[in-house]
Amino acid sequence: MKLDTQLLADVTAFLNIEADMLDNKEYHQWLDLWLESGLYIVPVDHNATDYANTLNVAYDNNKMRLARIERLTSGNAVSTQLSEKTVRTMSRFRILDDVDGLVRVRCAYCLYEDNKNGVRCYPANLQFKLARDGGSFKIAEKVVKVMKSSQYLTTVSYLF
Amino acid sequence: MKTQIKVKNINSTSDLVLDDRVHKSLYSDEKIFEEELDKIFNNTWVWLAHESELPEAGSYKTATIGRNPVIVVRDRKKNIHVMLNRCRHRGATVCEGKTGKTKAFTCPYHGWGYGLDGSLRALPKPEEYENILDKAEFGLIKVRTESYQGMIFATLKDDLEPLEDFLGGAKKWIDLFMKQGGGYPIKTLGDHRFRFPGNWKIQLENTTDAYHFPIIHKSFISSLDEEASEIFDFLDGDGFVEDLGNGHSVMVMIPELVDLDENLDEPIPERYGDLAKQLADEGHSDLEVRRLVRAVGGGGFNLNLFPNVACSMAFFRNLVPISVNETEIHHIALGGDGAPEAFNQKRIRLHEHFQGPMGFGTPDDGEAWERVQAGSMAGTDGWIMLHRGMSKLSTSADGNVQGAVCSETGMRAAYQQYKKLMSQSSEQ
Ligand code: FES
Ligand SMILES: [Fe+2]
Repeated sequence: MKLDTQLLADVTAFLNIEADMLDNKEYHQWLDLWLESGLYIVPVDHNATDYANTLNVAYDNNKMRLARIERLTSGNAVSTQLSEKTVRTMSRFRILDDVDGLVRVRCAYCLYEDNKNGVRCYPANLQFKLARDGGSFKIAEKVVKVMKSSQYLTTVSYLF
Repeated sequence: MKTQIKVKNINSTSDLVLDDRVHKSLYSDEKIFEEELDKIFNNTWVWLAHESELPEAGSYKTATIGRNPVIVVRDRKKNIHVMLNRCRHRGATVCEGKTGKTKAFTCPYHGWGYGLDGSLRALPKPEEYENILDKAEFGLIKVRTESYQGMIFATLKDDLEPLEDFLGGAKKWIDLFMKQGGGYPIKTLGDHRFRFPGNWKIQLENTTDAYHFPIIHKSFISSLDEEASEIFDFLDGDGFVEDLGNGHSVMVMIPELVDLDENLDEPIPERYGDLAKQLADEGHSDLEVRRLVRAVGGGGFNLNLFPNVACSMAFFRNLVPISVNETEIHHIALGGDGAPEAFNQKRIRLHEHFQGPMGFGTPDDGEAWERVQAGSMAGTDGWIMLHRGMSKLSTSADGNVQGAVCSETGMRAAYQQYKKLMSQSSEQ
């Protein structure tokens, strides 16, 4: 197996920035990372493939992404008013393929949340479709397969 | 009004429920919680599933009745059975997972095999049971089950009144609720499940609490277009809450959307313009398009069925008590069985928008409920007030007690049934 370490480094750098923006609530910059047609998906069922016709925890197109950022920042949502910064760790990056300018990558992920009931952690498998954009990327799809999503979660006051 | 009531005379749980208030210990006392599992959940009709969750022979769903794990399953003859999920040998569960499909239930421990109807079919090395085990007596234990409009209920109490008598005045509203398939039978489309650190009755109260909607759901309302946010501005409208008896109640928020078969000639709302166009382009007649569009957002009311299910605008809300201060909620999405894909897809998107762990509504409800659990512990005056709207009650068209849309009539109805069941002597 031949490794494209340059691509791996580029992708890893991009995804680290994405995670850092979410941890630091730089939501408007985060929106700029997306293709307008991009989809942010948190499935209920990790085996689902037809997300459009399946119930998800979140299925955000551009309009819903904007609305969600408004919700997280406006102060209208009581569940988000006291939300602290989160901590995300990512590792185990693997490029799945690189076809027609679209790079598919997956990695391990854990989000730690400072909640009034304690520190909660959400391990997940993350999958991205990244569209090449000049020297960088735009997100075409982000799928977050959070553990327990098909059993039960707690309510969530941030983005995975 | 006197708000300090002496607590020292309280000696049974039923003293903790007055006409206009309930005591905070109902949220936090572990002994009361255990008593509720016995006197309520083991003594009434408990909702478990909708028939569409069991589409084929062998389809099953696991659930609980109080502290009893059960299996709801469709057998080869398409009959539905509810059985305790407990092997008759040494007690292991014989079925795991939320839902699934199987040919039989085989216990993983020593291999006793049960049919879809629960009958014990075979067991490994039967010689040692010669003359001491009659297979006919060792099937999975059946639980009495009855259905109404596809809603499957079960009860551990064999002499309880028939389900339809228990539902009584709620049946009319269930019939109306089932019209939201847009001309197709109702079908479940998956569920959101989440837990919150609070007592189950805090959620039970919430289903007919219109008072909270414009306040806690400000973030949801501000994410809608103007036309839709006006629809959710219902506190000054003609809605009402009606006590339907046996702890059931209905809260009508949007009277125009009570009967989805009516007013099909109204203009198509702008937010559903794309859906209407897509359905028309697919060749659906004007009447079909109108029927689907009118049904897509669900009905204009929440029906709360005591103790554990609600037909809430566009979905089923099922509550599962986990412990005195933890509750699991299932928000089950609904659509039309055989309905156009665009219709069901839109219903799924609308469900995701409000419901579930990342919805624009549920997390704010969850925050409020968690705060009720925590805040209600403070102080010496332990009463939770439920008297909103009590001075302006009227009689409904069906002869029931009715209050304003933002009254606490539904909560009072639920707590009176609660009191009735909790006052029964233990007979386990
Ligand atoms: S416990 Fe089920 S076969 Fe032994
Ligand atoms: Fe609510």
